[in-house]
Amino acid sequence: MEENFEPLAGWLRSLEHPVLLIFIVVIAIGIILCIIRMVKGPTAADRAVALDTATIVTVALLVLLGFIFDRYIYLDVSLVYSIISFVGIIAIARFLEKGI
Amino acid sequence: MDIFGMIITGIGVVFLFLGSLGIFRMPDVYNRVQAGTKCSTLGCFLTIVGVGIMQPEWFWKTLIIAVFVLISNPVSSHALGRASRKKGISLCDKSVTDKTKEFKGYKE
Repeated sequence: MEENFEPLAGWLRSLEHPVLLIFIVVIAIGIILCIIRMVKGPTAADRAVALDTATIVTVALLVLLGFIFDRYIYLDVSLVYSIISFVGIIAIARFLEKGI
Repeated sequence: MDIFGMIITGIGVVFLFLGSLGIFRMPDVYNRVQAGTKCSTLGCFLTIVGVGIMQPEWFWKTLIIAVFVLISNPVSSHALGRASRKKGISLCDKSVTDKTKEFKGYKE
């Protein structure tokens, strides 16, 4: 894989396909809705569920940003992020069920 | 091939937005688990595979990420729902039935 290290070179690709910017805005609105539920949620389980969905949406956003900026390394970042999110959510569920 | 991947990514983005809207709108923690998990799993799978179709050099790595999300997200959401039911969080007012009262180890 050839990495392109010129600053902001990847915006050319998003100017070729302006619908990618619309995708990113829609995903960002979804993350904001999840964060609102995470602040408002009545119980701790609501907050954990909202955090779970927000992390999965963020994984998709990272892959899409890696395509736009043409950086192959973003795929590794999203894979590690999804693994850490899975382990963290399982730990939160065990804590909610039995306590530490 | 570019247009095909763009259409698949667009369908996935719509599913991700609907999942987040379900998280925001639903009245109960169990409804939120259901709406959020189904929509976000399918949306994330379609978005990542669509990026892999648009950029064919990245296809296998994006497929690895998509299959990992497809396996891990229902497991973590099931653990959350089971933990909240065992803790005794009540259902919303419009719920009709609750079969888990008959099980062992579930409160109320």
